[in-house]
Amino acid sequence: MTLASEASTVGSALIRARLSRWSIAAIAAGAIAATGILFATTPMQGQVGFLLVAAAVFVVAQTTVSAVVEGRRRAKDRLVTSLVVACSCAAVLPLVAVLGVTIIKGTVVLSGSFLTHTMRGVAEQDSNGGIYQAIIGTLEQVGLAALMAVPFGLLVAIYLVEYSSGRLGRVVSFFVDVMTGLPSIVAGLFIFALWILALGQSFSGFAGSIALTILMLPTVVRSAEEMLKIVPDSLREGSYALGIQKWVTVVRIVLPSTLAGIVTGVMLAIARVTGETAPLLVTVFGNPALNFNPFSGAQASLPLFVFGEAGLPNETAINRAWAAALVLILIVLFLNIFARILARFASVRS
Amino acid sequence: MDEPEPTTVSMAPPANAPETGGVHASSLVAQPPAPRMLPNGDLSRRARRRGDAIFRMLAQGSGALLLVIMAAIAVFLVLQAIPALKADTTSFLTTLGWAPDATPSSFGIASLAFGSVLTSLLALLISVPVAVGVALATSHYAPRWLARPLAYVVDLLAAVPSVVFGLWGLMYLVPIIIGPSSFLNHYLGFIPLFASNGTYGKSIFAASVVLAVMAIPIVAAISREVFIRTPQDQIEAAWAIGATKWEVIRTAVLPYGRSGVISGTVLGFGRAVGETIAVALVLSANYEISFHILEPGGNTIAANIANRYGEAAAVGRGALIASGLVLFIITLVVNFGARAIVGRSGRGGAS
Amino acid sequence: MKLPRHRAVLGLLAGSGLLITACGSDTGGGVGSPSTNPGGAVAITCSSGSLTAAGSTAQQNAVAQWIKDYLNKCSAANINYGGGGSGQGVQQFTDGKIDFAGSDFPLAAGTEQQAADARCKTGPAVNIPMVGGPIAIGYNVPGVTKALNLSSSNLAKIFSGKITNWNDAAIAQDNPGTQLPSLGIQTFHRSDGSGTTYNFTNYLSNDAKADWAVGTNKNWAAPGGQGAKGSQGVAQGVKSTPGGIGYFELSFATQSQIPYAAVGNAEGKFVPLTQANAVNFLSKANVPGTGGDLKLQFDYATTDATAYPNLLVTYEIVCSKGNAPDKLPLLKNFLGYAASPAGQQELTGQGSIPLPDNLQNQVRQAVGSLG
Repeated sequence: MTLASEASTVGSALIRARLSRWSIAAIAAGAIAATGILFATTPMQGQVGFLLVAAAVFVVAQTTVSAVVEGRRRAKDRLVTSLVVACSCAAVLPLVAVLGVTIIKGTVVLSGSFLTHTMRGVAEQDSNGGIYQAIIGTLEQVGLAALMAVPFGLLVAIYLVEYSSGRLGRVVSFFVDVMTGLPSIVAGLFIFALWILALGQSFSGFAGSIALTILMLPTVVRSAEEMLKIVPDSLREGSYALGIQKWVTVVRIVLPSTLAGIVTGVMLAIARVTGETAPLLVTVFGNPALNFNPFSGAQASLPLFVFGEAGLPNETAINRAWAAALVLILIVLFLNIFARILARFASVRS
Repeated sequence: MDEPEPTTVSMAPPANAPETGGVHASSLVAQPPAPRMLPNGDLSRRARRRGDAIFRMLAQGSGALLLVIMAAIAVFLVLQAIPALKADTTSFLTTLGWAPDATPSSFGIASLAFGSVLTSLLALLISVPVAVGVALATSHYAPRWLARPLAYVVDLLAAVPSVVFGLWGLMYLVPIIIGPSSFLNHYLGFIPLFASNGTYGKSIFAASVVLAVMAIPIVAAISREVFIRTPQDQIEAAWAIGATKWEVIRTAVLPYGRSGVISGTVLGFGRAVGETIAVALVLSANYEISFHILEPGGNTIAANIANRYGEAAAVGRGALIASGLVLFIITLVVNFGARAIVGRSGRGGAS
Repeated sequence: MKLPRHRAVLGLLAGSGLLITACGSDTGGGVGSPSTNPGGAVAITCSSGSLTAAGSTAQQNAVAQWIKDYLNKCSAANINYGGGGSGQGVQQFTDGKIDFAGSDFPLAAGTEQQAADARCKTGPAVNIPMVGGPIAIGYNVPGVTKALNLSSSNLAKIFSGKITNWNDAAIAQDNPGTQLPSLGIQTFHRSDGSGTTYNFTNYLSNDAKADWAVGTNKNWAAPGGQGAKGSQGVAQGVKSTPGGIGYFELSFATQSQIPYAAVGNAEGKFVPLTQANAVNFLSKANVPGTGGDLKLQFDYATTDATAYPNLLVTYEIVCSKGNAPDKLPLLKNFLGYAASPAGQQELTGQGSIPLPDNLQNQVRQAVGSLG
């Protein structure tokens, strides 16, 4: 297209012809038919492949038709919309697959008794036993980790956004990023060497919590930092103008105004560490029996339990592993919903 | 750029425009955070200063503590790695293979580091576009009734434990991926990337897909949160001059959210490069450097730690810690590079 | 408006917390499968206290069964066996963090033994064999119904990529009357370090010296093939891949219904994997150690056609002297039960094998003299 015709496209964008729903449907039908012919005449096969190819043909056809009828700008717009839909499907598909497998396999042994009993005195080929000890362990370990990581992480983020201007801030910010790449097992080994070996502590839920805190921190800091950064300065200035101290401004105005975003970040971090196995192996140790005290003695945890049972040569153990995985996902789901409700109550609303 | 671009939009007002703040400011007046302020002048001013100073110290202290933790981890890694590195009779940087407990001890990071970087980059290549697409869908495209469940569903992906991802990858994804792999190999096999010895499945490609799925929720969630917060005035300004939806997104939403997307990507890279058990379950570990991403093989630093730690003796453990140190350095370099290329945008995203 | 809502939310949180903590019980619930030997209870002597142990995953099922038997009789005791691998178990034992370690290898002479001895202070750390685990060579060859015969030399060639098709003349020669398909062989090995790999490669390096070049190793060292994490992963790979072959503990073959081969011994005779054959091989093992140390040397050179040579033994690594006084009674009683005829009989249901009688007596003596 020449510059002149481009200019005319701009001018006529509002009055140019638009594709109707009917014609979109026709394009879709055409795409499916074309793919059918393609699959019949070439060695291509498979249902998933058919869907993918048909979708691709549809997007190409729609964009082309739109470019001819509606002009380039609308064609591009339609293309992006199609891509956004495709991305959503691509992201939801694996989740549906993973969840589907977990639900189908997990519901085999999931029952009230499974949730309220432990593995104490249960042999692996037995069909009884439960994950009560692991649920308690995971809730305590993740709870303690969140208690440490969230205030700590928020303070670091506040420091980065509200206070830092010099080199220290840049260094901290950089190392937060580096921290994200710490393999979870290294965090576990670090705590094992420092807390359990050097300081002579026993395996405990708390030792696991410290390792999980290290893994949570970068996600909490980074997401909170992003959310704090986009709080408009006018909000802060308005607060200062009313004579309110800086720290009160931060705690009562800035944080609440972006609370939903921060909660999202915190929940991401919690979700991530709730499923961590490797660092717990060397810190929490695992325990078939119940141990309520997170500060002393080996404790069970859901991901450890899943990992342990999934490798055993017993159908019963593998069923227990899937059921525990399902419970783990459900726990995170409930925490997520709960946190969002909490955030909605607490945030400053216009 | 070969298309009409409404110039007014690209010169959008800076992010910290007064409009959005105004709303909050009024709510502020409605509920002033008064209780912290003391009534009489001199005392209150001192108290206020002290409050600010304490809070500032707390925040700064937290930042410093984080550095201390990182330093402690680095020292721990170095201390544990040194004896093993001394025992290594071959070059740690170039050796392919991992036999630290053998006599003579011989191990090298080359193939592991290569595999870590390759799988993570492939994973990001797959996940970032998808995640940004989902973030746009949940923030601007999907109707409200669909947007919220979609966001929940994607967040839920983050909740699936990595063991489950690994098992799912091993039992379901690997068999499924054999088809597309042989398809790619059949039609694009002349490109070395898609060459194969005839077996497919437990490959770098499969591991990257699993990692991509694990990285999607992180990138998507953070991108979504910043996209949602694009100031309404900028979006409306773009609409007002007749921009299409994509033009609104491109000129107002994406520049505003850029910093958030980058943050999400950095976190996603971290998740991918540091993932242990899922990769260990999916990859058919070997110690070669090969670009044949469809063939079984490949290994990553983190997966190698998961595979080898349980049976390692003293030198072996040190060697694995040394590999952890390398991973640390890789993350450092990648982050440094990302910052150098993109440049950190300041407060307000769109700058 | 705001505060009561907050309180309601917090109340809900506290309430659900109470509910979660109030409704559990520290038992298995329901009815577990009955003990295979009802008379087993006789062998158990109770003592209270708690034991923590870790290491080999090969004996995990067996130990879980013993713990079950023990706790059924002695509810005051607490015993926790974590997996994690032999190396990790030995390390945690040496660090003084656990009371005994399960290991598929005896302590290596030199620094490892010295470090473990130092942990025990007053007496050396000893290896006490407790569980035998036959290693199955599982395969997935469609159309083959009769158990295959695979000589040690053929296994070595298959697993190092020198024999690549199931209809290879060398395999056909050992399996007269079996129609072998023309199908590529896909080998599966452990990608993680393991005692299973160690013992399988040890068998190959002893009985197929000429064809097995990479020696005995915990970590797979031969070229080619696909790696998989854990025996579960190897079994899954073989099960889902036509032409696949791999090695794993017998229990995984039974669970996944994977057929397994009769393997050739030093003289080239084919020995099917049965409990009797595996126990018979163990009974020929040599015990070179002294002072309660029962490290085994397998007799790979045996020509006995009823001795299955491809197996591993899991040791309990304990302090011969210097155990904490509050742990010692439980340690002796629990390991004593495991080594008792009743305890050993429990192994047959677990895909493991009991120790031969001559060894059982030595083990019982060693456990009895722990101090």
